[in-house]
Amino acid sequence: MTPVLQARGISRSYGQVQALAGADFDVEAGEVVALIGDNGAGKSTLVRILSGAESADTGEVLFEGNPVQLATPSDARRLGMETVFQDLALAPHLSPVQNMYLGREVRRPGPLGWFGFMDTRAMRAGSREAFDRLGAPVRNLTGPIGSMSGGQRQAVAVARAAAWAKKVIFLDEPTAALGVAQTQNVLNLVRRVSAEGIGVVFISHSMPHVMEVADRIQVLRRGRRVATFRQQDTSMEQLVAAMTGALQWEAH
Amino acid sequence: MSEAQAVRPAEVAPEAAEEDPPAGRLQRIARLQALQILLLLAVTVGIFSVLKPDTFPTVFNLRGIVQNTAILAVLGVGMTFVIITGGIDLSVGSVLVFSAVVADKTMAAYGGTGWGTALVGAVVACLAGLGWGLLNGVLVAKAKVPPLVVTLGSLSAALGFSQIITKGLDLRDAPRTLVDKIGFGNVVGQVPALAVVAGVVVVGGIVLLHRTRFGLYTYAVGSNAEAGRRAGVLVDRHLIKVYALAGTLAGFAGILNLAFFQSTTIGGHSNTPLNVIAGVAIGGTSLFGGVGSVFGTVIGLFIPIVLQNGFIQTNVQPFWQQVVVGAVLVTVVYIDQVRRAAALRGARPGLAALFRRRS
Repeated sequence: MTPVLQARGISRSYGQVQALAGADFDVEAGEVVALIGDNGAGKSTLVRILSGAESADTGEVLFEGNPVQLATPSDARRLGMETVFQDLALAPHLSPVQNMYLGREVRRPGPLGWFGFMDTRAMRAGSREAFDRLGAPVRNLTGPIGSMSGGQRQAVAVARAAAWAKKVIFLDEPTAALGVAQTQNVLNLVRRVSAEGIGVVFISHSMPHVMEVADRIQVLRRGRRVATFRQQDTSMEQLVAAMTGALQWEAH
Repeated sequence: MSEAQAVRPAEVAPEAAEEDPPAGRLQRIARLQALQILLLLAVTVGIFSVLKPDTFPTVFNLRGIVQNTAILAVLGVGMTFVIITGGIDLSVGSVLVFSAVVADKTMAAYGGTGWGTALVGAVVACLAGLGWGLLNGVLVAKAKVPPLVVTLGSLSAALGFSQIITKGLDLRDAPRTLVDKIGFGNVVGQVPALAVVAGVVVVGGIVLLHRTRFGLYTYAVGSNAEAGRRAGVLVDRHLIKVYALAGTLAGFAGILNLAFFQSTTIGGHSNTPLNVIAGVAIGGTSLFGGVGSVFGTVIGLFIPIVLQNGFIQTNVQPFWQQVVVGAVLVTVVYIDQVRRAAALRGARPGLAALFRRRS
C-alpha cells in the first residue's frame, strides 16, 4: 500500500544547528502514527515541513506516491492535510462555530453573500455535525472559546482539523496540557478520525498515550528516523531505549 | 421521550460540571455591559429631567444633544473597529480637519451652493480620509510600526498639512444647501438630518461588525491574529481595510463637521480622538482587542455630552463634566476588566463563581 504521505531524506539546518539530517517518515491512510523523540530530535521541524509551514533544505515529500512542493500551509491544506498546533491556534473571543469556519466561512446565497453576509445557520449545523461525529464534548456552540475548558478547546481544534482534513492530520502534543478525562477524550477523537480513513500523525512525549493510540511508532533521534515499531510488537522500554540511543533498529 | 430526557442530564452531570462552564459568559458580559451603560445613561437623563423639567427634557435640548453626538458617533464607528483589532487611531480628529479643508477648497473651486457641490465635497472628504486611513493601515500592518505611533504621526502630519493649505486660517466655503439641509436641517419634524445621517452610519457599522465576514475577521484579528493567519485570514490586508474604514469615516465626519460648524475648525479637534476613544471604552470595547460593539460606543459617547449639557443647565461648573467623565471611564473599564478576567479564567472556581448565574 502506498503511504498517503511519505518523506525521504529530509534535511534542514538553522545556521550551525542541523535539526533534521536525512529523516524519513511515512503514514498510511487510516492509521495513527506516533512520532516520538527526545527534545531537539527534530519532531516539530519535521511536522512543520510536512505541513508546509517551513521548507526542507534537501529531501522530497511524496503525497500519495507523487512528489509535491509544500511551500505554504495553504498548499498542504489544498491536498487535504490539516495541522493542530500545540497552541491550538484558536481565537479565544470567538465561538466554537466561528473558530471552526474561520477563513472558510459559508456565505449566504445571492447578493447578500457577495457583501460578506454569512450563513450562520449552516455553519452552526456543520459544526454541530462535526463535533457530534467525533463525540467532541462541546455543548455550547455560541460562547467564546476562551471561557471553555482545555479539553473543549482541544476538541474544537481537533474537530476543526478533522472536518477539513481529507487525507492527513498532524497533532502536535495534543494532550500536553490536559487532565486525565480530557486526555481520554482527545485519544478517542484520534481513534475516530483515523477510523474515517484519515492518516493521523501524533506527536507526544507521553509513552502511555502513544502506546494506547498508535498503530505504528516512529522514533526520531538527532534528526533521523532511528526506529519504526508496530504497536503490538513493542514496549515502552524499547521506545525509550530507541529515543535515547541505547537501541538502533529500523524495523520494516 | 420525556423520560429519556429526564434521565440523561443526570447521567452526564459529573462530566458536564467539569467540562462545561456557564454558557457564553463573555458574551453575556458584553451584553450586560452595554445594558449597564444604557442604564447609566437613562439614569443620568432621568436625574437632569427631574432637576430641570422645563429645560432639560425638551425637544430643543435633546435635539442639541443628539446633534453634538452625531459627528462623534461617525468617528466612533471606525474607532470601534480599529480598537477591536487591538489597535488605536489617534489621527481621526486631524484627518477630519484635513478632509474638511480639502473638501472646502474643492467645493469653493467647483462653485455653486447646491446638492451637486455638497456631493462633490462629501466624496472628496471621504477620499481624503481614505488616503490617510490607507497610510495608517499600511504602516501598521506592513511596516509593523505600533498603531499608537503611526496614528500619532498622522495626527501631527494631517493637522500640519491642514494648516499649510489654509495658512492657519479656517475656511468657510460650505455650500448653503449642505449647511441648511444637513447641518441644521430636519428630516421629519424635529429629527435632525445630522442625526439621521450618523444613525445610518451607526446601523451600517453594527451590521458590518456583527453580520459579515469583515466583522468576524475584525474580531479574529484582535483576538488572535496568528490563529487567523494560520486559518487563512489575510490579516495584514484586513488591518489595512479596518484603518481605511476608520479614515474614510473620519473624512465623512469632516464634511458633516463643515456642514454643522460652517468652518473647518482647524484648532477645534485636538481632544476629539481622546473623547472618541473614551466613548468606545465606556461602551465596553476592550482596548486589548477581540471584544466590543458599535452600539456600546454610541451610548458611551452620549454620556459625556449629556453630562456637560446637564451640568450647564443645573448651574454646576461645566468643568466638572471632565472630572466625572474621567471617573466614569476608569470605573467602567475597571469593573469590566475584573469581570472579563474572571470569565476567561472560566473553568476555575472562586472569582468566577461570584459572577456565575444559574442557567
